[in-house]
Amino acid sequence: MTAPTDVVAKRMADAAEATPDIAIDVHGLTKSFDGRTVVRDLSMQVRRGSIYGFLGPNGSGKTTTIRMLCGLLTPDSGSGTCLGYDILTQADKIKLHVGYMTQRFSLYQDLSVRENLEFVGRLYGVPDPRAAARDMIKRLGLDGRGEQIAGSLSGGWKQRLALGACTLPGPQLLLLDEPTAGVDPKARREFWNEIHALADEGLTVLVSTHYMDEAERCHEIAYIAYGELLTHGTVDQVIAQAGLSTYTVSGEGLSRLSDALSEDKALMVAPFGNSLHVSSRDAQALERAIAAHRDEGRWTWTRAEPSLEDVFIDLMSRSRDNFK
Amino acid sequence: MKMFAGGFWRRVGAMVRKEFLQLRRDRITLATMVTVPLMQLVLFGYAINTTPRYLPTAVLLQEQSDVGRSILAALQNTRYFKVTQLPRTADEMDHLLAAGQVLFAVEIPANFERAVRRGDRPTLLVAADATDPVAAGSAMSSLGTVVQTALRNDRLIPDSGQTPFEIRSHARYNPAASTQLNIVPGLLGTILTMTMLIFTALSVTRESERGTMESLLAMPITPIEIMLGKIAPYVLIGIFQAALIIGAGVLLFAVPIVGDPVLLAVLTTLFIAANLATGYTFSTVAQNQLQAVQMAMMYFLPNLLLSGFMFPYAGMPVWAQWISEAFPLTHFIRIVRAIMLKGSTLDDLHYDTAAMLVLTLVAMLIAVTRFRRTLD
Repeated sequence: MTAPTDVVAKRMADAAEATPDIAIDVHGLTKSFDGRTVVRDLSMQVRRGSIYGFLGPNGSGKTTTIRMLCGLLTPDSGSGTCLGYDILTQADKIKLHVGYMTQRFSLYQDLSVRENLEFVGRLYGVPDPRAAARDMIKRLGLDGRGEQIAGSLSGGWKQRLALGACTLPGPQLLLLDEPTAGVDPKARREFWNEIHALADEGLTVLVSTHYMDEAERCHEIAYIAYGELLTHGTVDQVIAQAGLSTYTVSGEGLSRLSDALSEDKALMVAPFGNSLHVSSRDAQALERAIAAHRDEGRWTWTRAEPSLEDVFIDLMSRSRDNFK
Repeated sequence: MKMFAGGFWRRVGAMVRKEFLQLRRDRITLATMVTVPLMQLVLFGYAINTTPRYLPTAVLLQEQSDVGRSILAALQNTRYFKVTQLPRTADEMDHLLAAGQVLFAVEIPANFERAVRRGDRPTLLVAADATDPVAAGSAMSSLGTVVQTALRNDRLIPDSGQTPFEIRSHARYNPAASTQLNIVPGLLGTILTMTMLIFTALSVTRESERGTMESLLAMPITPIEIMLGKIAPYVLIGIFQAALIIGAGVLLFAVPIVGDPVLLAVLTTLFIAANLATGYTFSTVAQNQLQAVQMAMMYFLPNLLLSGFMFPYAGMPVWAQWISEAFPLTHFIRIVRAIMLKGSTLDDLHYDTAAMLVLTLVAMLIAVTRFRRTLD
């Protein structure tokens, strides 16, 4: 269940010569397409061996940032290093040590699982591509499917194959762009177990996602919206930094309550199943606003920890306001 | 058609509207709609001439005489011949024909004038490169009259009576003026151009369209490596295809291979590479597979018309000849006719060989510089 030993040894040797504990260290990255700024003044540091979650709504600049990190896009301004190599001048070196899993399945649909893996192995100069592919097929749990055409795999298997292809050359850093989009919960769980296993072997993983439960599986997270990195840290830190006070409300006729509370700009109201989360950065304003409704006695009000989602929705709505 | 009640024309109309909207955004297709008919018209209209004039001709003057000069002037004055070379020896003349630098060679032997005056009916030797019978045909048939009229005008021979000399013409390389001998080598080039172009024209756009390019670019491989890796397999396929066509030509149409088969194989391989490189270049420029195919077709059409395959090169105006020099097919058709029918050696063919090599390298250079290493 491990990568070929010589590949591991090479990885360790490479890791030792580069910067010791920071895998990604970039400052002020900016990128625009046709005059539209997609990423604005983005700085981030990712520790080696950590799983770094990259969250944000669609079109927030996650993919663009990841592409700048692995040399697929050139930033308009900003600088930094990836695995100790300059992202502006040493893209070739970075490519050797980074596994990039694209959002859309980008292996060859008309090649078999084994052929795809062997192709990747040969491109990276893995000593014995056949053996490496065979080991990887076993590791992926694709035994007996090595000869299956990649295009005919189900979504979940495709994701696993793609992960296998980018880990096969023994990279030090994995950049995973929404690897679990459109994958069923069981496959997602297995996928994340694999990511943790890889991190335990010493890999650094930067993974973008929409799923809050996945964010909580990361060592550290960053939230990006409208091209700007709004917050980062551990999940607890991010929640604490947001300074939100939250109530959970349950009972009948919540949609009427939601409509009424939404009119107050200081409040943030979000439905969660049969309950409602009402949050605000201003605890006193929150108490004042809900006082009247509380007295009605129709609903049960419980003081709650704000969830990550509350924090993100708050961040997003405030950052949108900044853009107006 | 009772599936949806009513609204047949509305739905057809909606579809038509959608097609036009998509078409409007596809610039290359729009360009093809305008350029292809115009190109055909201009090329067919101005460039193509099946009774070509100003054919390059070599005259070997074995004597300095009034008759000789008169014949030379007469040839110059016709619109069929253009005396471009004055070789000194018969060997030199043969070489000019073999290399394809001239289509005709006229030899005025020594003591020609004296023999004419004595009424000995001497022989005027004319050799024509008949690898392309169409090109040689009409000029050949007019030669006798041209020379006779010239000499009469100059009062060198009597106005009437039997021609005082004999024209011995020799249709070199294709004595029977067989069309197959001309067409089969040309087809080899045309078929290879067609298939090779399409193979590689799709190769890069396919990767971009299917999304595999993003992965490929993130991996440690350079544009040159990608290009060579994509071209190489098709070189083998092209060689196989060429062997098939040549084999069929020899077996079915009795086309000879007079020259060195090894040289033919080597230069055919170079030609295959030239077309693959050209197709690959289209692939790096086109945004999708459809565009790539359209570009390949736009390129193929003038190839077909101007290369000398369908219509004689010598009959085209100079501007059209310049255009056709930019096509590997033009050079390859000369090469393949020369090797198969004339038995020419590399010595005769260095210009066309060098031209193909240069065109290949230029195409590769454009392809490598056009290839986007990033997704910017």
